[in-house]
Amino acid sequence: MIATRGPYSDVIRERWRRPRFRRPLAGPSLVAEDVNPLCGDRVRIMLRLDDGRVAEAGFVGDSCAICTASADVLAELVTGRLAAEARAVETADVLSVLQADIRPTRMRCVTLPLSVLAKALNGGVA
Amino acid sequence: MRLDEVTRRDFPVLGRVVNGHPLAYLDSAASSQKPRAVIDAMSQYYERSHANVHRSIHTLGEEATELYEGARDHVQRFIGAGSREEVVFTRGTTDGLNLLADALCASLAPGDEVLITEMEHHSNIIPWQIAARRRGLALRAVPIAERGLLDLEALDRLLTERTRVVAFTHVSNVLGTINPVASICARARRVGAVTVVDGAQAAPHLGLAMSALQCDFYVFSPHKMLGPTGIGVLWGRRERLAALEPTRGGGEMIKEVWLDRAEWNDLPWRFEPGTPPIAEAVGLTAAVEYLEKIGMDRVGEHERALSRQTLEALAALPGVRVFGPPAAVERGAVVAFTVDGLHPHDVAALLDAEGIAVRAGHHCAMPLMRRLGVVGTSRASFSVFNAPDEVDRLVRAVADLRSVL
Ligand SMILES: Cc1ncc(COP(=O)(O)O)c(C=O)c1O
Repeated sequence: MIATRGPYSDVIRERWRRPRFRRPLAGPSLVAEDVNPLCGDRVRIMLRLDDGRVAEAGFVGDSCAICTASADVLAELVTGRLAAEARAVETADVLSVLQADIRPTRMRCVTLPLSVLAKALNGGVA
Repeated sequence: MRLDEVTRRDFPVLGRVVNGHPLAYLDSAASSQKPRAVIDAMSQYYERSHANVHRSIHTLGEEATELYEGARDHVQRFIGAGSREEVVFTRGTTDGLNLLADALCASLAPGDEVLITEMEHHSNIIPWQIAARRRGLALRAVPIAERGLLDLEALDRLLTERTRVVAFTHVSNVLGTINPVASICARARRVGAVTVVDGAQAAPHLGLAMSALQCDFYVFSPHKMLGPTGIGVLWGRRERLAALEPTRGGGEMIKEVWLDRAEWNDLPWRFEPGTPPIAEAVGLTAAVEYLEKIGMDRVGEHERALSRQTLEALAALPGVRVFGPPAAVERGAVVAFTVDGLHPHDVAALLDAEGIAVRAGHHCAMPLMRRLGVVGTSRASFSVFNAPDEVDRLVRAVADLRSVL
């Protein structure tokens, strides 16, 4: 039985098994997608804005557990926020929810969804 | 005695404990570990004999030149090359393929065709793409048929009188497929195409004889065969090399220089501008000597046994998919696999927590990943120092993975 889990905290395992925001949105206001050139992971984030607020957020893609958990947490963090507030969400905010020991080689797995979100908020077209 | 029982103590790094477990290094296809003999040869060279080569009229310079040129003789013998003039030192497989794409395509005309395959490493795709764009060439690819083998009927259809270059891998770094080099080269020759073989995954594993392979050019990376990084080997059939115009200039590759022209040096130095990787050549000699002492037959046999063991054990696990030809077919020393519901990077990270080093991701073969319908795979690969109990550890850990994440 594998004892050490490395970077896989309970939050990451839970979000990987049962992500809450992993779904496409019908008629999103903003969409962006990017690829991690190191591993080929792909994340697409969709946002529905309502009166300047993120009314709904969702993501799809092919990604590892860390990246998927990061996207899922991020979608949760930005939902209900003003676009300007959503833009202010940082890696540290996501990490504090993930509660995991992420090594530098996997940090890009955490930050990919954040850069895709920024791209979407900067006018990613649906 | 099994080969690993003889070799293990020669590799200092294998004494390491990683994440609380003895290191099981199953990533030699990316870069192998180095025996003490290679490490010592390089530090001794730096401690006693380092100087620049060829132009130095002093003792150390002469020693360094002798060692550097001596490496060429070792490589010539190791790969069964006709003469030492045919052995060019580069910086690696990627460097050699870029050199060939530049030099071979320089004389081609728009509409001429370069043929690669669907199972190439990016380093045997991108240099041809760049050259094709620059010269208006058409780039085509031989597809893969059943069981991870090249579709040779498609190859015959794709070979036309417009085909000028056929560039393909000897052994796939993902599928482990061993391509029939001589047969592919014979077909290419019928249409007058030059053949370039990427031997990165073959040189560490198979005994090579350039004459039997029947290709025009062959490139590989010593760092995957117990040698150092930073040096590569490009073998070229003498008349082909002689006909090739150099595309990289500098010191050492010339005989005489005027301000507006120059006369090229003889082979092989014509293709070695600048100060070469001297210490790396010294390390390469030690690596070749190490492998020759074991014998490439025994090396290949040992690595094939480990591959077969891995392939059979992993294929028997529920939810695990293995790629490439079945165990009964002769393969290279790599086994790529996926685990249902797990991303390859998570597989590698979880195995690392057990002290097991495997590669994960697209393996620089994105077109092949797309063809296989996966984002990536995990890959175990083997060298002379790997033991069957390391395979057991891998298989046990993979069997447990799905309960962990
Ligand atoms: C089949 C194949 N070709 C080319 C390369 C590139 O080798 P290098 O990075 O040493 O230039 C590799 C190694 O990654 C390989 O496996």
